Amino acid sequence: MSNSVLSIEDLVVEPVSGGRPVVDGISISVERGEVLALIGASGSGKTTLALTALGHLRPGLRIRRGSVTLDGTEMLRAAPQTLRSLRGRTIAYIAQSAAAAFNPRLRLDAQVTEVSRVHNTRPYKEALQAAHRLYGRLDLPNPEVVGGRFPHQVSGGQLQRFMIAMGLQESPLLLVCDEPTSALDVTTQVEVLRALKQGIADNNTAALFVSHDLAVVSQIATKIAVLRAGRVIEFGTAREILDSPREAYTRELVAASKHMTIGSAGAGHIIAPSPSHAATPLLTVEKVVAGFGKVTDGAPAVTTLSDISLKLHKGEVVGVIGESGSGKSTLARVIAGLHPAAQGKIYMDGKNLADTVERRTVSERQRIQLVFQMADTALNQKHSVGRILGRVLKFFHGTSGRAREARVAELLKMVQLPPEYANRLPSQLSGGEKQRVNLARALAAEPEILICDEITSALDTIVAESIIQLVEDLSKKLRLGIIFISHDLATVSTLAQEVTVLRHGRIVESGPTQIVLSSPKDPYTQLLVSSVPQARPGWLEEAIATRNRLRHALETDVLTPVSVSEGSRSTLAVSS
Amino acid sequence: MLDAAVVHRREMKLTLWISMFIIGLCTLVAIFSPWIMPHDPTEFVTDEPFGSPQVGIWLGSDYLGRDLFSRLIDGTRTTLVMALAATALAHLLGDTLGLLAALRGGWVDAVISRVADLILSLPKIIVGLVVVAALGPSIVVIVILAAIVYAAGVFRIARALGSDLVNMDFIKVAKSRGEGTGWILFAEILPHVAQPLAADFAIRMSFAILFMSSLSFLGLGVQPPLADWGGLVRENLGGLAAGSLVPIFPAIAIAVTSVALNLFVDSLDEHQRKQKGTR
Amino acid sequence: MLSFILKRVLQTAVLLLAVSVLVFIGCQILPGDVAQVALGQFATEDNVRALRLELGLDRPAYVQYLSWLAGILQGDWGQSITTKTSVATMLSERLWNTGLLALVTTIIAVPLALILGLLMAVGAGRTWDRGASIVVLGLSATPEFLIGTLAVLLFAVQLRWLPAVAYLSPGAGISQTARALFLPVLTLVIVVTAQIARMTRAIIANLLTQPFVEMAFLKGVPTRRVVGVHALINAVGPLANVVALNIAYLVSGVVVVETIFAYPGLAGLMINAVQARDLPVVQACALIFCATYVLMILLADILAHVYDPRSTAQTAEVKV
Repeated sequence: MSNSVLSIEDLVVEPVSGGRPVVDGISISVERGEVLALIGASGSGKTTLALTALGHLRPGLRIRRGSVTLDGTEMLRAAPQTLRSLRGRTIAYIAQSAAAAFNPRLRLDAQVTEVSRVHNTRPYKEALQAAHRLYGRLDLPNPEVVGGRFPHQVSGGQLQRFMIAMGLQESPLLLVCDEPTSALDVTTQVEVLRALKQGIADNNTAALFVSHDLAVVSQIATKIAVLRAGRVIEFGTAREILDSPREAYTRELVAASKHMTIGSAGAGHIIAPSPSHAATPLLTVEKVVAGFGKVTDGAPAVTTLSDISLKLHKGEVVGVIGESGSGKSTLARVIAGLHPAAQGKIYMDGKNLADTVERRTVSERQRIQLVFQMADTALNQKHSVGRILGRVLKFFHGTSGRAREARVAELLKMVQLPPEYANRLPSQLSGGEKQRVNLARALAAEPEILICDEITSALDTIVAESIIQLVEDLSKKLRLGIIFISHDLATVSTLAQEVTVLRHGRIVESGPTQIVLSSPKDPYTQLLVSSVPQARPGWLEEAIATRNRLRHALETDVLTPVSVSEGSRSTLAVSS
Repeated sequence: MLDAAVVHRREMKLTLWISMFIIGLCTLVAIFSPWIMPHDPTEFVTDEPFGSPQVGIWLGSDYLGRDLFSRLIDGTRTTLVMALAATALAHLLGDTLGLLAALRGGWVDAVISRVADLILSLPKIIVGLVVVAALGPSIVVIVILAAIVYAAGVFRIARALGSDLVNMDFIKVAKSRGEGTGWILFAEILPHVAQPLAADFAIRMSFAILFMSSLSFLGLGVQPPLADWGGLVRENLGGLAAGSLVPIFPAIAIAVTSVALNLFVDSLDEHQRKQKGTR
Repeated sequence: MLSFILKRVLQTAVLLLAVSVLVFIGCQILPGDVAQVALGQFATEDNVRALRLELGLDRPAYVQYLSWLAGILQGDWGQSITTKTSVATMLSERLWNTGLLALVTTIIAVPLALILGLLMAVGAGRTWDRGASIVVLGLSATPEFLIGTLAVLLFAVQLRWLPAVAYLSPGAGISQTARALFLPVLTLVIVVTAQIARMTRAIIANLLTQPFVEMAFLKGVPTRRVVGVHALINAVGPLANVVALNIAYLVSGVVVVETIFAYPGLAGLMINAVQARDLPVVQACALIFCATYVLMILLADILAHVYDPRSTAQTAEVKV
C-alpha cells in the first residue's frame, strides 16, 4: 500500500448524450502533504476530474470506466451515506466563486460550522471556537464577530477566505480547490493565495489545485499535471514543468506565463516610449468627471471618475490600468460617447467632441471605435459574421455587393480568420475567434482610435496572448491610436508606451510605461506591480512582504476596495 | 437508470407531437366547419331534449333537440376565431408598446407601465362583468375587452425582453455607430424576441379561450343562438342532473385545446434546451 | 424596508381610488341611466324625471361619485334597484358565504400544493415528477367548469352522495354547510393546488441547481437538510408571493364555481345584478372583489420584499 490520499486510475468521463469524453483515461495520485496542480485551458476537463475526487459528477455526465480511491474508499461506487460521511470531513471542496457557493440567507458562522454539525464531530461551541481560530489564522478582521455576518456583507476576498475556513474546519486529508483565486483582483489574489498556502501547510493537508494560471500554481504546487482535451499530456514536479517543459503545449503555457510577467529577468519586453509627439494629440481627455445619478453643479450623485486627463497620439498605445471598481470601463464609454461626462471635455484632433453619440457626426463616430470585453454579448448572436461586418461597411462606407464580400474576407484575414467564417454564427466560434471578429467589426469602420476594454480578460492565457499579439501588429500596421484598458499590468506592459493607473476613479500615477512600472512612485502602483503573479520561487513571499510594507501608506482601504459598481457591498465591507 | 435521458427525450417528443396534432386538428375544424357539420347547428333534429347519441347524431342532442356535434364544430370556429383575434390584437398592442417602452425609457415607459400596472391589478373576470354590465354582451366588446386586458401582460413581457437586450453590448455597439430606432428594433432586437413572444402568443391564446369561455359560461359572453364552447356548457348545464354528458363535451374541448397549447410551448421549450445542452 | 411598505400601501390606496372611479364610470356609460332602467322602457318621461331627481341623478357626475364614495366609507352602499333593499344587507350574508368558500379552499389547497411542489422539485427529472408535472400542467389549464361539472356528474349524479346544488340557508348547521361546501371547495382546491404546485416546483427546482446547493452536498450535508434548510430558507419569500397571488386569482375561480353550484355567494349576486343591470349592486360587488385582489397583490409584494436578501441588507447595515 502506498500512502496515497487520492488515487485516480484510468478514469473516463463522458457526456450522457455521447460524444468526446471530457476526461479521457487519466491516472493521477496525490500523497500526504502534497499539492498537485491540474492546469489547463477551459474545456480541458480539469474541474470534472477534480470533482470526481469527491465522488461528484455534474448533471449530463457519466463515468465510462476507471476508479477513484480516496483514503481507501472507492468513491465512484460508494453508497450515498459513505460519500456523505467523507465529504467535508476527509475531503473538502473550495469553489471558484465564493459569492455563488455561499447560501445568501445563512450567516457565515452557520455555514462554516455546518460541516461539524452534520458530521456530529463536536459540540457547536467548540466548532465555533475552531472556526474563529481559523478566521484569525486566515487574517480575517475581528475573528470573534465577523462570522455573524451574511455573505453579502463582506468583500469578495474575505468571502473567499471564509470558504477556505469552511474547507479547513474539519482538517480534511485532501482539499480540492477549483480556481480559488481566478475571480479576484490581483491585489486580493495575493492575500487569498497566502491564506490558502498557510492553511495547507498548517495541517499538512494534501491538495488538488485546479487552475489555468501557471504563475499562481507555481507558488503553491509541488507537482503539476498539464491537461489538454481530457488527457494528462505532461506530469512532473513544479520545477520540472516550469524549468524544462517537454511538450510544445506546456512550453507555450510557460512562455505565456513568463511573457505575462513584468520585471522578471530576461522575460517579456518593455516598449520604449514613442520618440516624439506631433503638436496636437489625436485624442485629448481633459479633466473628465463622470458617474451615475442626477448631476448637480457638475457632480453626479455617485462619482465613478473624477478629474481624468490623458492624451493619445497617432500610432501610440496608451494603457489604462485599474482593478474592479476603478472606473476604467466608464472611461471607455465616456470616450465612445455612450456615457455623458458630468464635467470636462474630450477633443479629437483639437476639436471638441459632443458628449453623446447622437450629437456626434458620422465621421466622428467612425473614427472612434470601441471593442467590448465580452464578445459573447458584443456580437449579435442572431447575425452571421458576414452580416455583422457587412453592416458596418455599408453604414460607414456604403460598400455593398461584391466589394463588400471582398472587404469582409479581407477583414477576416486581417484578424487571422479564414474567409469562410463569414457564413458562421458567433455561437459556432471559439472564445478567441469571437474576440477576433469583435476586433474586425471595429476595424471595419476604418477607425483612427481604437478603445479596447478588457478584451483579453475572459480568455485563456494562450488565447489572450495571441489576441494581444494581434493588437500589437494592428497598431503598427495601421498606425492606430489605441487606448488599452485592462486590470492586467503585465498585458499592458507589453503593449503600451504610456500608462495611466486608476484607483477609485482617480489617476494615481501616469507616464511612460517603462518608468511607471519599473520604478513606481505611488504606493498603490507599487502594490499592483508586486501583486502580478510570477512563476519564480519566492514571489508570493516577496509580494506579501511588499504588501505589509505598503499597508500603512495605503491605509486600510486597499484590503477592502471600495467599488462603486457594487455599492451595497462596499459600504458593508469589513475594514481591518 | 441507464437511459433515463433517452426515455425522457422520447417522451418530450411524444407530448410535442400530440399537442401539435390537437392544435392542427382544431385549426382544420375551425376552417372547414361548414363542410364538416352533419346538420345545421340551429336545426332541431329530435323532439326530445338531451336525446342519447345515435347514428347521425353522434354526441346526442342538446337541450332543444339540436345536434350537439354540429354545434360543437360551429362553436370551435366561434371560439378559436374570437381567441385568435383577441390574442393577435393583444400582441400587436403589447409588443409594439413594450419594445418601444424598453427602447425609449423615460416618460413614455413610465406612462405606459403605469397603465399596464393598473390593468394588471384588477381581476379580469370582474372587469369583464362590469364592462358587460355597461355595454351589454356582444362579440366585438368581448374581443376588444380580452385584447386590452391581455395586452397589459404582453406589454410586461415584451418590455422585460426588450430591456434585457437594450443593455446588451451589441445594442450599444449599434447605438455608438449611430443606427436609427428602426434598425435597432427590427434587425437587432426582433430576432431575439420573436421566439419567446411566439411562445407567449400560444399561452396567451389559451388564457383568452378560458377567459371568454368563462364569460360565456356565466351567460355574459356570446349570446344564443350562436354559441362558443363556454356557451354550449351553459346552455346544457341543466342536463347534468339527468345524467346527460352533453355539457361535458364542450368543456372537454376547452380543456384539451388549452392544455395542448400549454403543453406545446412547454415541450418545445424543453426540446430546445435539450438540443442546446448536447451541443 | 418600512419606507418601502409605506410607499406600496400609499400606492395601493391611490390604486383603489382609481378603481373606484373606473367602476363608477363603468356603470355610468350605459345608454339610459339607473332611473330609466329601474322604471323600464314603458315609463313616462315625467316618472323618469321624478325618480332621477329623487336619486340625485341630475347632479354633475363628480358630485354623484363623491357622495357614492362618502356613502361607502360610512357603510352605506346605496339601494338595490330591483329589490329596493339596502345593498349593505344584501352583501353581508353573501360576503360571509364567499369568504368561507375562499378560506376553506386556501386552508386545504396551500399546504397540499406546497408539499406536492416540493416533492416534485426534489424528484426533478424522475418519472414521478414528469408524470405529476403533466397532470398539474393539465389541471392548471383546465377551466373550473369542466372540473366542476365532472364533480357533479360523479358525486351528485352517479354516486348520489351530495346535492348538485349547494343549498345553503342562513343559520344552517355544520353538516349542511359542509355538504354545501364540498363540491365547490373540491373544484377550487384542484385548480388552485395545481397552479401553486407548479410554481412551487419551478422555484425550488431552480434553487436546487444553484452552486450553493452543490456546495452543501459537497460538504456532506444530507439531502433532507439541503432541501429543508438551504433551499427552503431561500424559497420562503417567493413562495409566500406565489401563495398570495393565487389567493388573489381565487377571485375569478369563485365567480365561475359559485355559478356552477348555484352557491349563494357574492359572485352569484353580482352576476344576477349584471343581468338585471342592478348597478348599485354591481358597483358594490366589483369594488369588493377588486379591493380583495389589490390587497392580496399588495401582501404578495410586501412578502417578496421582506424576504429579499438585498432589502434586508439595509437593515443589517444599521445593526452592524
